[in-house]
Amino acid sequence: MSDASPHAQNSPLLEVKNLSTSFRTEHGVVHAVDDVSFVLDRGKTLGVVGESGSGKTVLARSIMGLLPKRNVIREGHVLYEGEDVISYNEKQMSKVWGAEMAMVFQDPMTSLNPVMKIGKQITESLRHHLGVDKDEANATATALLRQVGIPEPERRLSEYPHQLSGGMRQRVTIAIALACGPKVLFADEPTTALDVTVQAQILDLLDDLQRDRHMAMILVSHDLGVVASRTDEIMVMYGGKVVEQASTSELFGNVRMPYTEALLRSIPRIEDPSHTRLEAIPGRPPNLLSPPTGCNFAPRCRYVQERCLVEEPPLESENGHAWRCWYPVGTDSKREALARNLAPGVPIGIPAPGSMSSVGDR
Amino acid sequence: MPAPSPDNAGRPAADSVFAASGDIATEVTRIADGDARDLDALRKLDPDQIDGARPKKRLGLFFWFAAGFFILVVVLAITAPWLPIKNPAKIVGRPRIAPNSQFWFGTDALGRDIFCRVIWGARASLAVGFLSILFGGVVGTAVGVAAGYLRGKTETVLMVAMDVLLSFPALLLALAIVNFTDSKTILTVSIALGLVAVAPTARLVRANALIYGQKDFVLAARLLGANHVRILRREILPNIVPPLLSFSIIAIAVAMVAEGGLSFLGLSIDAASTATWGNMIVSGKPALENGAPWISLIPSAVLFLTVLALNFSGDRIREYTDVKEG
Amino acid sequence: MAGSGTAHLRDASAAILRAENLVVEFPLGSTGLKVHAVSDVSLDLLPGETLGLVGESGSGKSTTARALMQMPTPNSGSVFLEQKNLTELSGSDLRELRPQMQMIFQDPISSLNPRRKVTDIVAEPLKIWKRGTTVEQYELVDRVLESVGIDPEGARSRRPSEFSGGQCQRICIARSLMLEPKLLICDEPVSALDVSVQAQILNLLQDLKEQHGLTMLFIAHDLAVVKNVSDRVAVMYLGKLCEVGDPDALYSTPAHPYTKTLLDSIPHPDPDAPKGDFAGLSGEIPSPVAPPSGCRFRTRCPNAQELCEQVEPVMTAVGEDHYVACHFPLLGTPVTL
Ligand SMILES: Nc1ncnc2c1ncn2[C@@H]1O[C@H](COP(=O)(O)OP(=O)(O)OP(=O)(O)O)[C@@H](O)[C@H]1O
Ligand SMILES: Nc1ncnc2c1ncn2[C@@H]1O[C@H](COP(=O)(O)OP(=O)(O)O)[C@@H](O)[C@H]1O
Ligand code: SF4
Ligand code: SF4
Ligand SMILES: [Mg+2]
Ligand SMILES: [Mg+2]
Repeated sequence: MSDASPHAQNSPLLEVKNLSTSFRTEHGVVHAVDDVSFVLDRGKTLGVVGESGSGKTVLARSIMGLLPKRNVIREGHVLYEGEDVISYNEKQMSKVWGAEMAMVFQDPMTSLNPVMKIGKQITESLRHHLGVDKDEANATATALLRQVGIPEPERRLSEYPHQLSGGMRQRVTIAIALACGPKVLFADEPTTALDVTVQAQILDLLDDLQRDRHMAMILVSHDLGVVASRTDEIMVMYGGKVVEQASTSELFGNVRMPYTEALLRSIPRIEDPSHTRLEAIPGRPPNLLSPPTGCNFAPRCRYVQERCLVEEPPLESENGHAWRCWYPVGTDSKREALARNLAPGVPIGIPAPGSMSSVGDR
Repeated sequence: MPAPSPDNAGRPAADSVFAASGDIATEVTRIADGDARDLDALRKLDPDQIDGARPKKRLGLFFWFAAGFFILVVVLAITAPWLPIKNPAKIVGRPRIAPNSQFWFGTDALGRDIFCRVIWGARASLAVGFLSILFGGVVGTAVGVAAGYLRGKTETVLMVAMDVLLSFPALLLALAIVNFTDSKTILTVSIALGLVAVAPTARLVRANALIYGQKDFVLAARLLGANHVRILRREILPNIVPPLLSFSIIAIAVAMVAEGGLSFLGLSIDAASTATWGNMIVSGKPALENGAPWISLIPSAVLFLTVLALNFSGDRIREYTDVKEG
Repeated sequence: MAGSGTAHLRDASAAILRAENLVVEFPLGSTGLKVHAVSDVSLDLLPGETLGLVGESGSGKSTTARALMQMPTPNSGSVFLEQKNLTELSGSDLRELRPQMQMIFQDPISSLNPRRKVTDIVAEPLKIWKRGTTVEQYELVDRVLESVGIDPEGARSRRPSEFSGGQCQRICIARSLMLEPKLLICDEPVSALDVSVQAQILNLLQDLKEQHGLTMLFIAHDLAVVKNVSDRVAVMYLGKLCEVGDPDALYSTPAHPYTKTLLDSIPHPDPDAPKGDFAGLSGEIPSPVAPPSGCRFRTRCPNAQELCEQVEPVMTAVGEDHYVACHFPLLGTPVTL
């Protein structure tokens, strides 16, 4: 479709504008993704981070048009090379899938067909999209498997998914996703089901492939550690909304959103001595069927003020760094908010070592 | 991106996140629970604290229709001897009177009141349905639990036995038993049909016992020192009973239809002594083309509605009792 | 790693739990082959200590934990709970000791019977052991639920499915504490939880440990989590221990090549974190059906030599409370954390 689009040259590869996705359920409407916008250029990586249920998967699937039509309401625009694909029907989308956008899923076991040989699973989309013959497809499949680091690729072509380990399976799903040379790769928690050593291997592989192919990538994860060193921009989601969005270095260097700050502080850090007290976030994510009024994060926020409970903060933006908070981290208003929440009357001074640890706990 | 402020220039970026937390630190000396402002009051919007945020499951109106109809049939069947209705064996009028205000369902080929026979017939049909599934359910559950929980050789032997039992055509098996005992009472017919229900029940129970037997909560109970009887009673059976219940409700319907089938072969309860829906349908067969179709059709319709009500309630109960685990 | 040996064990009379040369093998169908899930693992726990056990999936962590609990009994080796050899006890004697050691699992949801009310689940241990009257039992349940941060009022009428994963894990912890165990085995208690909730549970375990004087075996695959909770860390690979030691020493100067690889694989929440010069771990964990001879790590070890193929390394001290099972330990190569 790139040839068909007149704007292909000067428009960004993928631009999402005010995308909202809701599900009609028997208990009411669930706003799983609410007003998300971003721009993704060729060769760049966007990280999407958030707790489970924050809408990461729905966002990725919604952009790709991979949600069940029956109970989904999609609003907004998904501009792929300048063309709005949100109104595409299944048939039009099937030209986009694989060749333009492809996806790697969290659980390689469920995304591979257990009763189909690996070779067939790769060659199928090759033959569908590129119309190549069987031998050529097989040769390409072998090359792909070699590229994703699978030893003895010829032999693997005639094996079934259950004969491979979890890491190998994930490599196969990556090979399938890459088969038709997509320009955008959605990786939805590609390493969550894997061990730390295998995770490192798979992330490095994705890195290399992306560089070689000048491919754009959306890397979804619940782990800030995974996205920190492998993305250009990061979007933090909470309860279906973007709560902070910035370039990776800006985000880590200058956190504005209390939620992002809390996430970062709750992760045990390997350089800390043992038994360092963690700063947990109390409570749990909002129920999307009856979200709180005001700020979504208010029930768990250490800076919460009365205003946060009644008025929802808008997504504010400054030099390309956006956040959704009335009292952003690093400002005087936040300092005052925290001071109000903590022990009124207690003089301000230098804390005793370790005293910080109980903040925001449980 | 704004220029780095002088104090974090040259430092690894993540460091400054934690440096930022340092300035919070300087604002506060001692943070003990008692000192902090009552954040809980501000946080009363926590979803966990709101009752009713979690939607309630409902059985639905149709379920109550279906269950209501079935309960009505059961109540009528149980109270038949005390109801102001006629003796089902008594000839009350001319044969083959069409339904009217005196004989609501008409009369049969002998001139007996079909309405009261349908009610009395319900006693026998329901009794066969309940008793056979009670028998099949108890034996099948015992076999299924023994196989699925104890595993090992017990399982192998029992499941082979069940496969053998299953490989007999069901009705043929019942037929052989009724023929063999040569007594066509409610009890023998129920045992015959119940035997047919043993193998499917055992398989259902075994499959569930296998699934639940491997759950961590069973391991947790064992590690707490619970014995097998307690684990079966507290941990495994409560999870098997709901699917078993909905299966049994549907099985009762099948058994009632099967009783009708046996009647056609002349192998069910003697029409001479006891009215059943099955033998009523059969006795009306000759009249189907003789201008008195209701003799057969009315008990058929009642059987059909009862079976439908049972199937529907069974399905809904299964959906309703399904617990979410994740 | 492949290491055997017991050099890292301490004074037997001081240990609350001591496992010597545990072996667990599972027959592989009727092929006659065996899965060597745990091969000659020894470990001990002093009172009040938390031992962290890390390793990849399939390395035998859960199997070790269950062997300690005699569920199933290990194929060989002994487990001493305060000098009593559990592997030699009869079924009923073993049952008498069960309340002293309890376990919590990775999947909090499957650890709770979905059909029972939460308070009944938590009261179950007291009912099994017939401790106290029903009123006393439920009073204790309320107190313990409160101490793990669950509102007992709400728990009375609710079933586990109405609670989130983190709350279910709190309920599991409450149940495991009802009989006041001396030893708590936590098998990946936070792996299924979100990071934000993970910190809540880790802090809770730390508090409860102090309140109840618990001794813990804490299993996880996340090295940072293990370091945070542990007084001593053991690294496991393919059914054997590689390295045991004080967390600060083990993490700053890993002596076993496998430990170093694990440390290098950790993603840092820092975009500028220096990437390790170590080239990551190549290849796959070998099948435990036919583990490599000699050192089990040799097929993936960058330093492997001929000796590693022929002779299995045994645990040797390389520092104060720092033991490694490797012929060529990495010494003086601190990692940049
Ligand atoms: N019942 C069993 N029968 C056969 N093999 C088993 C059995 N239980 C465990 N194993 C095998 O033993 C080895 C160790 O398993 P274990 O569950 O202890 O690993 P783990 O380190 O806990 O991994 P994970 O992180 O995946 O839970 C694995 O190869 C596993 O497949
Ligand atoms: N098919 C669906 N029907 C109704 N609700 C859905 C559906 N898929 C996802 N949701 C809801 O959307 C929200 C976001 O889900 P998801 O994107 O899967 O979260 P994540 O990937 O961050 O774990 C959740 O509340 C989830 O229950
Ligand atoms: S708006 Fe208020 S409650 Fe929400 S994150 Fe900001 S300070 Fe916290
Ligand atoms: S150096 Fe040898 S003994 Fe040490 S880990 Fe490598 S293979 Fe094993
Ligand atoms: Mg997801
Ligand atoms: Mg495990």
